[in-house]
Amino acid sequence: MKDMAVRFKDVKKTFDGKEFVLKGLDLDIEKGSLTAIIGFSGTGKSVCLKHILGIFKPTSGQIEVLGHDLGPMEKDELTVFRQRFGVLFQSAALFDDMSVLENVAFPLFEHRRELKPAEVYKVAEKKLMEVGLEPKHYQKLPSEISGGMQKRCGLARALALDPEIIIYDEPTTGLDPILTEMVDNLIVETHRAKPGTTSIMVSHDLYAAFRIADKIAMLDAGRVLLYGTAQDFYNSEIELVKRFVSKGMKHQ
Amino acid sequence: MEISSAPTSNFRAFINEVGQMSIMLYNSLRLAFQKPSRWSEVLKHMEFIGNQSVGIISLTSLFTGLALSFQVYLGFKIVNATNLVGPVVALGIFRELGPVLTGLIVAARAGGAMAARLGTMRVNEQIDALDVMGVNTIQYLISPRVIAAFLCMPMLTIVFDFVAMVGSWFLVVRLVELDQAVFFDRINQTVELKHIVEGLIKSCVFGIIFALVCSFKGYFTKGGAKGVGEATNRGVVISMVMIIVLDYFLANLIRLYDVVMGHV
Repeated sequence: MKDMAVRFKDVKKTFDGKEFVLKGLDLDIEKGSLTAIIGFSGTGKSVCLKHILGIFKPTSGQIEVLGHDLGPMEKDELTVFRQRFGVLFQSAALFDDMSVLENVAFPLFEHRRELKPAEVYKVAEKKLMEVGLEPKHYQKLPSEISGGMQKRCGLARALALDPEIIIYDEPTTGLDPILTEMVDNLIVETHRAKPGTTSIMVSHDLYAAFRIADKIAMLDAGRVLLYGTAQDFYNSEIELVKRFVSKGMKHQ
Repeated sequence: MEISSAPTSNFRAFINEVGQMSIMLYNSLRLAFQKPSRWSEVLKHMEFIGNQSVGIISLTSLFTGLALSFQVYLGFKIVNATNLVGPVVALGIFRELGPVLTGLIVAARAGGAMAARLGTMRVNEQIDALDVMGVNTIQYLISPRVIAAFLCMPMLTIVFDFVAMVGSWFLVVRLVELDQAVFFDRINQTVELKHIVEGLIKSCVFGIIFALVCSFKGYFTKGGAKGVGEATNRGVVISMVMIIVLDYFLANLIRLYDVVMGHV
């Protein structure tokens, strides 16, 4: 049996005690895979993501990440555990009072305290190089660079600690088609350049999911409706999947 | 007739918020002395809360000293007790107006900025980014602000007290032309160190209050720009009201302490 990076076992989640956002979610994400989680709005994609990060605790069921049950973990334990994640947020979430270089150096200063500042900046520069950001932009503030560059910088920061799991939260939402393709390619290149790293992408972008992901999980009403390859989706006879695929591809 | 449950739920929400703030205060104080050290952040916030407030504090305190002394002078002139203007103004400034007005001004200036900054960080996912980066956000964002406000407020209050008394001296001695020796002698006879300390103790509490309330409101901001605006507004308003209300209770508490300790 293959090693799993993330395992959802009958996970249920309610915020008000009445309505369930996750209604018994079962999902296994293999280590080293690039998995996309897709679905209509309000189907529980973001809630699912926040469970992986330990931001939300399940009402019932179990979530294992890298072999650790997140349920009983205390906040301090989770804080340390999260160093094994890298997250690229939809908005890139760069710290606006820090330069591009300082943004990438920040997690290194926080968690690699044995490194001297010069060494930290050297690593940060290397990460920025990896995502294709030119040195002339390193001293600029996030507000002084383009959206695409911000995504690159956000990804460099996510990669700073060499995480075992990289999570992409709606990485291409709101971007133009050229930028979308650039970010998609960046995700694939990053994934290929780091064998063994698990990449999980939450997205509305069906085209990107089909193009780059090894496996795709489609959520509906708090459960996994279909989990398989792009081919499985094209061949699916499930009405909702057929509708999602036809509408999703029409938008591209 | 249907009985509304709104007051009950409002009261419950209020108690819930006070509880959450107390937990945040406990955690921010506990984490302030744990590794990794955040003292560079404390210094950064001290520069903003303290150093950058000196100008506005000096200006307002100068005119507070002038205005208060003028009113006290006019009142005492009726009963022919103008030689008491100095000590009455000094006691009022050191014990009440110094800490309270400093608290209100700094809460409006620095507290508002704290709530807006944290609120913006929340809606732009920067706090989430810190969380998933394995950074304890209470330790990184809240503790330094609370500690910096706690340390800066007494210093700013000393500035307020000093400049307000300069204003008072200017009005009493230079404009109204009362005797300078009498002005200082009367203050020396009346004002004790404990009166100044009383004001400084209050200012420390006010510092913690506005930093905590504004940080709390900013940290838990919901929604976009509207949410940031509301968080800032609520943070500042609640801080100001709490400073004024707490001032009364603190004054009584200190008075009670004096009685119990036999200082009165």
